[in-house]
Amino acid sequence: MMNRRFFTYIPDPILMVLLLLLISFGLVVLYSAGGMVLVERQAFRIGLGLVALCIITQIRPERFEQFTPFIYVGSVMLLVAVFFFGISVKGAQRWLDLGISIQPSELCKISLPMMVAWLFRHTALPPNWKYLLGAAVVIGICTGLIYKQPDLGTSILVATSGLFVIFLAGISWRLILGSGIVAALAAPVLWHFLHEYQKQRILMFLNPEADPLNHGWNIIQSKIAIGSGGFWGKGWTDGSQTQLDFLPEHSTDFILSVLSEEFGFFGVLILFFLYFVIIMRCLFIALQAKNTYNRLVCGALTLIFFVYIIINAGMISGVLPVVGVPLPLISYGGTSVLTLLVSFGIITSVHSHKKLIQQ
Amino acid sequence: MGRQLKQPFNEKKIFTERIIVSIIVVGVVFILLLSRYFYLQVIQHQKYTEQAEQNKIKLSRIDPTRGLIYDRNGKLLAENITTYRLLVTPEKVSDINQKLLEIRSIISISDEEIDKINEQLRYNPVFKPLTIKTKLSEQQVAEFAVQKHQFSGFEIEPYLNRKYLHPIEFSHLLGYVGKINQNEYEQQDQNIYSNDDYFGKTGIEKYYENQLHGTPGQLITEINAQGKQLSQKIQTPPINGTHLNLTIDVYLQKASYEAFGDETGAAIAVNPNNGEILAMVSKPGYDTNQFIYGISQSNYDELATSIEKPLFDRSIKGGYEPGSTIKPYIALAGLYHQLITPEYTMFSNGYYQLPKQKRRYHDWKQGGHGHVDLINSLAESVNVFFYDLAVKLGIDNIHTFLDPFNFGRVTGIDISGEKQGILPSRQWKKANRDMVWFPGETVITGIGQGYFVITPVQMAQALTILASKGQVNPLHLVQRNIPSKSLPFEIQTPHWEVVHQGMTSVINATNGTARSIKSNDYLIAGKSGTSQVYGKSEEDIYKKNDELPKHLRNHALFIAFAPVEEPEIAVVVVAEHGASGTKAAAPIAKKIIDSYMTSRTLKTEVSTAAIRPMDNQSLNQAETNDE
Repeated sequence: MMNRRFFTYIPDPILMVLLLLLISFGLVVLYSAGGMVLVERQAFRIGLGLVALCIITQIRPERFEQFTPFIYVGSVMLLVAVFFFGISVKGAQRWLDLGISIQPSELCKISLPMMVAWLFRHTALPPNWKYLLGAAVVIGICTGLIYKQPDLGTSILVATSGLFVIFLAGISWRLILGSGIVAALAAPVLWHFLHEYQKQRILMFLNPEADPLNHGWNIIQSKIAIGSGGFWGKGWTDGSQTQLDFLPEHSTDFILSVLSEEFGFFGVLILFFLYFVIIMRCLFIALQAKNTYNRLVCGALTLIFFVYIIINAGMISGVLPVVGVPLPLISYGGTSVLTLLVSFGIITSVHSHKKLIQQ
Repeated sequence: MGRQLKQPFNEKKIFTERIIVSIIVVGVVFILLLSRYFYLQVIQHQKYTEQAEQNKIKLSRIDPTRGLIYDRNGKLLAENITTYRLLVTPEKVSDINQKLLEIRSIISISDEEIDKINEQLRYNPVFKPLTIKTKLSEQQVAEFAVQKHQFSGFEIEPYLNRKYLHPIEFSHLLGYVGKINQNEYEQQDQNIYSNDDYFGKTGIEKYYENQLHGTPGQLITEINAQGKQLSQKIQTPPINGTHLNLTIDVYLQKASYEAFGDETGAAIAVNPNNGEILAMVSKPGYDTNQFIYGISQSNYDELATSIEKPLFDRSIKGGYEPGSTIKPYIALAGLYHQLITPEYTMFSNGYYQLPKQKRRYHDWKQGGHGHVDLINSLAESVNVFFYDLAVKLGIDNIHTFLDPFNFGRVTGIDISGEKQGILPSRQWKKANRDMVWFPGETVITGIGQGYFVITPVQMAQALTILASKGQVNPLHLVQRNIPSKSLPFEIQTPHWEVVHQGMTSVINATNGTARSIKSNDYLIAGKSGTSQVYGKSEEDIYKKNDELPKHLRNHALFIAFAPVEEPEIAVVVVAEHGASGTKAAAPIAKKIIDSYMTSRTLKTEVSTAAIRPMDNQSLNQAETNDE
């Protein structure tokens, strides 16, 4: 028997089975894309992430709620530290070296929605304008700091995770529509604030064929990989686009192109189905949660997970601009996998502690 | 305003509504995305299959050639040589182990290497060529070419490798390149660097990495659906790395290294008129060539743990007390602040005491030097003269005066890893020791002892300013024009001259401490110094150096420039544990200067005019006091 004191709660078995299926599928694709060494390293990171998930499940959501302001302030301080001590990669400072390299902006993908949910935890929903203003400040600080690194893609994603909490808190449709119109009008103004390479990415997205040898190359090759995969795919480790190195970054951002090429539309169907069911399960857990804070955090973390999938899958198939977002739980890379499994840990914790009175 | 009351039931309803909306959105977006994939993979499948089959163009990088490094006369110091390596593409060979055994008849591969290859094969994607042996000889390449048909899947590839022509003498100066590591790679522009690139790890190779490296070009390779290569075209040619022309003279560099004999230490020779470094050595050096392929652990351990610390660049990282080599600068400070004049004399009775204090600060000569003026105080290195002068100046004036000479500040020389050092001051002591400055510490500052930590390159920068009578020419290693600056205060020409005369007397007067290195062909000015080595017990301090074990002996220092009239070369020598500046360091400096002077046509006629006629008089005094 397991030690009851330290391992009282088993993470939601339905969600765990789904996640493990997804992760295994990912490793199979990764083997084809990058060889055994990447699989071993990634499996190790996933192992770490799953241990973190199990430990977080044991913690009562009240604890997260209690510590939310500290976690938020901590991650903002790390973001500030990036400016002074950060490691510069390709002209952008995103990493902080604390023995291991960490990317504080990843932490914000969890801490920001927690903080907004914390603001709304006692007020009547939908929140009044004062609370909305507070939420705007909290979102603005994080987003602004990340934008300054500069990392436009992540700053938009982090802002979105905060906005999801506001959406789930029930603000009126009129307000949502109104801000949508304002954002659309502001877009041309914001264009001027973008960096040259960011403008180029958007322009290239609009017309990849214009510059096939440089910027458009990745998208064209990715579309050829996907399209030539057909319904059943070319077979595992038999994708010519991948194996002959036509496809760029095929173990990280473009791993879905490898999957599409080798496993075909059928593989894509299975992958999307797994993702869809995972999202449904998480939203169901959010519905059952016992209080506002838990509901909002679970809901927002799930929706942002969904957004990553859409952005990556849209990007590599040429319907969204290339923004460098990995495919959740499939792409090679440690930070993204750890952040996601920690988010799922919070969700399984909410599931394990859903009853108002425990034991 | 109080909080609005929560209405749990209503809220649950709102939340449920939002979740339902979310589920609908998620479902719709997934269906839209799936239709996009369905469109690409099923409807347009034919089109993309054709494109994949015709996909012939592959982009790859063409490595730029690393810039070469030359000395000041165009002599090659670092070049790129073509070497050959053996590669294997695992998927093209059915039984690699069998073939590896067969290939051993041509190319020796040890059992250890075979184990390593097998390990790497586990991780290597089957389609990617794996390097199994580097540094193949011409003969091995030729033999393999003959039997190539037996070894399909194996191939020999030429590539350029760095080679240093004088690895030992230039080990710290040039540094070396090695395989780029993950950290270095992530901090570079990945359009320019590949994760397989070479990267400057130390020295000039590191400092000028971005200039030396160059920009890669783009190669378009046409291949067919099976991956067979059809043709190649250069899309953009690579821009090769810039060649560097150093200010170093290869002959003087080698001569400087050899001048040390068995001693360890550092020497820097510089042209004081423009700051060009002619030679800069740290001894012992080590063979940088063996670092290029990745040095073996045992060889590396040997270097890293050697008591002589060959990996340590003493010239820019070694911190020493300047000892008596600080005296010319203290003398200048005294002249500048009008505390002494060239004619001023004082009496040295063998020790110095602060008012109302017991402690005696000794002269190196028992009984003292008698009546001495500034020139003789430099010639004989009279401690009491400088104890007294330092106290009169005060630590604040000393610090303010020495700071522009670059003591305790990085010189900004174009090589990586320079250490800052310490020029003691009240503020420094407060900040680092959290203590007030004691008057006794000012006394020993006058003879370059105490908290000083000065690097040889800083001493060289200071000496450049001293030799050129106040021109501040920043030291540099790669030829370029750097405008000369001036000191923040102006020192009168007679003051420079009297200090130069004092330093000239050190070598050329009969009472000079370094008279043994006097040259008959030209005038050298110099000053010896001793840098204390700490960790000695109380009795050991008063022991003679040759009674001490070598590692406890003091460091020997010597600064010199020549010819005195129009200095062309200024030299700083640190001989570690050499005990006596005049005995250990001065001969090394002499050899370096001799080597420089003989290699150039002598322009200046030897003149003894620089020794003052009144020297005789002071000599007489010195002699009387000797008795």
